[in-house]
Amino acid sequence: MSRDSEPRGLVVATALVGLLLQTLPLPAPIAPARPAVLVLIVIWWSLMAPRAGGLTLAFLAGLALDVFKGAVLGQFALATALVGYIAIRQHLLVRYRPPLELMLFAALLLTLWEVVLWMIDGWAGSSMRGASRWLHLPVSALCWFVVAGVLGRLHRPL
Amino acid sequence: MANVGIRASRSLPQRGPAPGFRFFVYAILSVVLMYLDRTSGWLELVRYGLQAAAYPLQLAVSSPAAAWRWTSELFESRARLQQENAALRRELRELELRTARIAALERENAELRGLRAALPAVAEKWLPGEVINVESSSLRQRLVINRGAEHGVFKGQAVLARAGLLGQTLRVGPWSSEVILVTDPEHAVPVQVVRNGLRTVAVGSGEPDVLLLPYLPIQSDIRIGDELVTSGLGGVFPAGFPVAIVVAVDRGGGSPLAQVRARPLATLDRDREVMFIWFREAHPAAPAVESPDAAAARSLGLAPIPTTSPARPTAPPSDASANPRSPEPLASRPRNTPSATPDGVPAEPAR
Repeated sequence: MSRDSEPRGLVVATALVGLLLQTLPLPAPIAPARPAVLVLIVIWWSLMAPRAGGLTLAFLAGLALDVFKGAVLGQFALATALVGYIAIRQHLLVRYRPPLELMLFAALLLTLWEVVLWMIDGWAGSSMRGASRWLHLPVSALCWFVVAGVLGRLHRPL
Repeated sequence: MANVGIRASRSLPQRGPAPGFRFFVYAILSVVLMYLDRTSGWLELVRYGLQAAAYPLQLAVSSPAAAWRWTSELFESRARLQQENAALRRELRELELRTARIAALERENAELRGLRAALPAVAEKWLPGEVINVESSSLRQRLVINRGAEHGVFKGQAVLARAGLLGQTLRVGPWSSEVILVTDPEHAVPVQVVRNGLRTVAVGSGEPDVLLLPYLPIQSDIRIGDELVTSGLGGVFPAGFPVAIVVAVDRGGGSPLAQVRARPLATLDRDREVMFIWFREAHPAAPAVESPDAAAARSLGLAPIPTTSPARPTAPPSDASANPRSPEPLASRPRNTPSATPDGVPAEPAR
């Protein structure tokens, strides 16, 4: 368990694990419900250790998703940086809230993240139809408890 | 909420620029990246580097599935292996018979055309690759393959699976490449019906087992069960490669266009091994570059745009590590030989 106030190594390691989990090949029927684990990890670190991860973590995590998912470069980077920025701005108000409220806050940010991706898809000329892109939101929100539980054991915020 | 946010951020001891300023910089950087990536090729080098950096992680991601397949193969029973061996021998005999028949048809075709000898197969070389990552959603249908520029793969290269056309390379890194599948919503492939030569465009639907043919008038002669092959137009795919089977034709609904759905012959969500193909550009069945009129029609949105414009080298490097196979094995694969379609009907050369 780390009590270091700026656990940068841990942040990078957990982000890499999140990237693997978010890009692991899944069977086609369940792939749309894959939780956005990396984004949840970015939100958690932005809330609990904003100086360790911060906006750079959010931007680079988004850029990695751009590369892995074959999206237009900068799409995920912008959406994830926005989510990270809001989490950092609000971290003192939110971080000590009950777990359910934290989960709702994360769900709100994830919805915003998906809306930004959806708008950029429209700008880039991709299809904006299809409800499957929103399927992961409830699953991701439920996964918040797991992500927060695991990261909370690895790093206890001061 | 803004006041609350400012208060919260002020209580965070500042190191370096304020979060608002940093977010502004990252947002501008993201927008510039998107604009450049979408409108120009300036970021090709950046993508190339990023794909190189991502390759080890992509291998790590694919390793559990690969390890599972390896373990399963290791413990397969002797009886099952013998059964599979027998099935493969049967398939080989059938393919040899079909190859002999196709060779005869090719000679006959060449005589009818007045050529001195049968033309060589349109495919000059081919290179097998393995899927290491999959992106399958309603927005993107992509594969990452463990072959890249170091192996001679280039952007806009046709990629086949065992049973039919899979797609084309969209981005190429040093050791891996990203393939856009024919079912990707941004992909379109010019096709023709084997039965009557009717030409149209098959567009991806975002589902791994559905292609759409949205540009056929209701009076078009198309039926359920019709086989679709590449027409050779569009400048990417040569003529005659199997693409899909028509599974639904709907002429109702008051629309002047028929609603036609087809099932790709390649099992896009299950194929693990794919084939990169190099073509002989002088071959009659080689991909035809479209006319200026057709290009103008596409720019007006009258037909969907294949996402890449190929800059096609004629052959891969002769580097031994690239290991592209010689054309001979391909010539013995009738389904991939564009000069003859699977049912033995010679395909119409590209115009």
